[in-house]
Amino acid sequence: MERIPILRMGEFLLVTIQVDMHDQLALTLQEDLGERISATSARGVLIDISALDIVDSFTGRMIGTISAQSRIMDAHTVLVGMQPEVAITLVELGLTLPGVSTALDVERGMKLLSARVANA
Amino acid sequence: MAELQQRTLDALQKNEGWLLQAWNVDLAGSGADQDRRMSAEELGQQTADFLQLLVKGVRQGGGAGITDEAWAAARGFLEKLSRSRALQGFESQHTANFIFSLKRPLFTLLQRDLSDDPRLLAEQLWAISEILDMLGLFTVASFQKSREEVIRRQQEELLELSTPVVKLWDGVLALPMIGTLDSQRTQVVMESLLERIVETGSEIAIIDITGVPTVDTLVAQHLLKTVTAIRLMGADCIISGVRPQIAQTIVHLGLDLQGIVTKANLADALALALKRTGLSVVKA
Repeated sequence: MERIPILRMGEFLLVTIQVDMHDQLALTLQEDLGERISATSARGVLIDISALDIVDSFTGRMIGTISAQSRIMDAHTVLVGMQPEVAITLVELGLTLPGVSTALDVERGMKLLSARVANA
Repeated sequence: MAELQQRTLDALQKNEGWLLQAWNVDLAGSGADQDRRMSAEELGQQTADFLQLLVKGVRQGGGAGITDEAWAAARGFLEKLSRSRALQGFESQHTANFIFSLKRPLFTLLQRDLSDDPRLLAEQLWAISEILDMLGLFTVASFQKSREEVIRRQQEELLELSTPVVKLWDGVLALPMIGTLDSQRTQVVMESLLERIVETGSEIAIIDITGVPTVDTLVAQHLLKTVTAIRLMGADCIISGVRPQIAQTIVHLGLDLQGIVTKANLADALALALKRTGLSVVKA
C-alpha cells in the first residue's frame, strides 16, 4: 500500500508530501505519524507540502487534525511551503487552520520549530 | 414595410441642397453647432456626408430595412460618428438628435412636393419616418456599444494599475491598496501578493489601506481572507494605514479582526517589520 515516508531528524520528524493526497493516504499518514511520535518521542513535526498543487477540504481538515493530535502528544507541528493557489483554496473553503504554525520553506520551518521547542 | 415611391426619391435627389441647408439650420437651432467639442465646419461636413449616404441608401435599398447591403456605407458612417461622439463625451440624446433633426426638413419637403396626393404623402411619410427611426436607434445602439467598450477598457486598466506589490526591504513586501475592495480585486491582489511572497521568500507583508475609502463588513472579510492566506503560506501580515474614521467604523460594525496586527501608518508598520526581522535603524 502507498505510504508517505516519515523521516527522523534528531528530535523532529520530517514529512514531505510529494504525491497527490487522497483520503486513504491522509488517514494512513495520521495513524503512522501518531505511532512514530510515540515511538521516537519526537518534539516537533515538520510537514512540507510545497509539491502539493491541490488540497481538498478533507486533506485540509486532516492537516488540522494531525497538528492537534501531535500537540496533545507534546510535539509542535509546522506546515511549510504552501503554494499560493492552495492557500487561496483553503481560505475560500473556510479552512483557516487556526492552531497550525506555518513557515515559507523547510529551513525557516526548522528554525521556527527549534525556537518553539526551546521555549517549551 | 412601405415602399418609397419614385416621386419621393426624385424629390429627395432634386432638393438635396435645400435639405442639407434646412437640416443644418435645425441642428444649429438645437445648439449643436455651439458645442466647443466640435467645430461647425466639422458638423457641416458630417451632415453633408451623411445626407449623400442617405440618398444613396434610399435609392438603392428602397423600402428594405437598414440591415440591407445598400445601407452598409451609411451604417459604417454612423458607427464611426457614434464612436467619435462617445469618445468626445457627448450624451446619447445629443448623438441621436443628429439623425432625428433631419425629420422636420424631410417631412416639410415631402409635404411640399406630394401635397396633391394626400394618401401617397401619408404613406411616404410613414416610410421615411421608419427609416429615420431605425437609423436613429442604430446610432444610439452603436453609441452605447462604444461607451461600454470605453468603460470595460478602463475597468481592466484600473484593475492592473491598482495592485502593485513593492519590496520595502529584504524580506518585507508592501501592497498599497487604492480604491474600493470588491471580490474580484481582492482575488487579483491576493494572487499577486502571494506569488511575490513565494518568489522573494519574504516573511512579512504589509497591506496599506490608506487609499481604501471605506471599510464595511465585506471589505473586512476580504482583508481577513488575504491575511489568512498569507499566514497559511508561512508569512506574517501587518495592516497599516488605518485612518481614525475607518477604525471607528470597524468598532461600530463590531468587526473582529482576529488578532491581525494593525498600525496607523506605513512607517510604523515598516518599523515593526524591521524589528521582527532583527534589524534596527540608527543615525549615521
